[in-house]
Amino acid sequence: MEMTLERVGTTLVAKLDGELDQSCAAEIREKIDKEINMHSIINLVMDFDRVDFMDSSGIGMLIGRYKLIKARGGKMLIIRTSPQVDKIIELSGLKGLIEFG
Amino acid sequence: MENYIKIEFPSKSCNEAFARAAAGAFAAQLDITVEELADIKTSVSEAVTNAIIHGYSGMRGIVEMRCKISGQTVEIVVSDKGCGIADVPLAMQPLYSDSKDDERSGMGFTVMQSFMDTLKVESEVGVGTTVTMTKKVGASFEN
Repeated sequence: MEMTLERVGTTLVAKLDGELDQSCAAEIREKIDKEINMHSIINLVMDFDRVDFMDSSGIGMLIGRYKLIKARGGKMLIIRTSPQVDKIIELSGLKGLIEFG
Repeated sequence: MENYIKIEFPSKSCNEAFARAAAGAFAAQLDITVEELADIKTSVSEAVTNAIIHGYSGMRGIVEMRCKISGQTVEIVVSDKGCGIADVPLAMQPLYSDSKDDERSGMGFTVMQSFMDTLKVESEVGVGTTVTMTKKVGASFEN
């Protein structure tokens, strides 16, 4: 999986590209957390436009980032999910916690 | 249609993508919707990840995957010879995880149960775990 990170003020935009599973979830997590901590990021936008597969390893990663952003008083937004990604997010109950666009 | 495949591979995380792609390509021999195909691939990914992460817990071992088509039903069997599960009903509870990684969602079995028609988990401590799941596909093409 590839990821590009862009900062807009105190908001971090993470654009994911590929398949999100256990083999890459830890690396994605570490890169995002490092950027959040280094640049005093408060809000996080995760762009799933190019993610064609995600399993529950991705759900764990999303819950972890949600907790981190919430602890910083910020907001997390997930955008442009595919039907497959949407279905597993729906099952996880994350839709009640995180904003989706 | 009747057909089957049997694949075994080492318990490396990079093989999760291979396993779900192989299962998906096999199931695609049937009339199958995009959603059904995604459900099978996601469930295989969960079962194989469990075998690698929980079954072998970082140790090297062999994961076996068997896929069978009987009529319009796809059966997937994922087996490991890892540490086994002491309490299967507990492990199958939503959000349960015994992993040291606190970012495991504990949703693996929940996903398999929700996305497939049947799920059976057989396990013995010190012997290994076998997950069998089935899904009847293509109902939307019948008419």
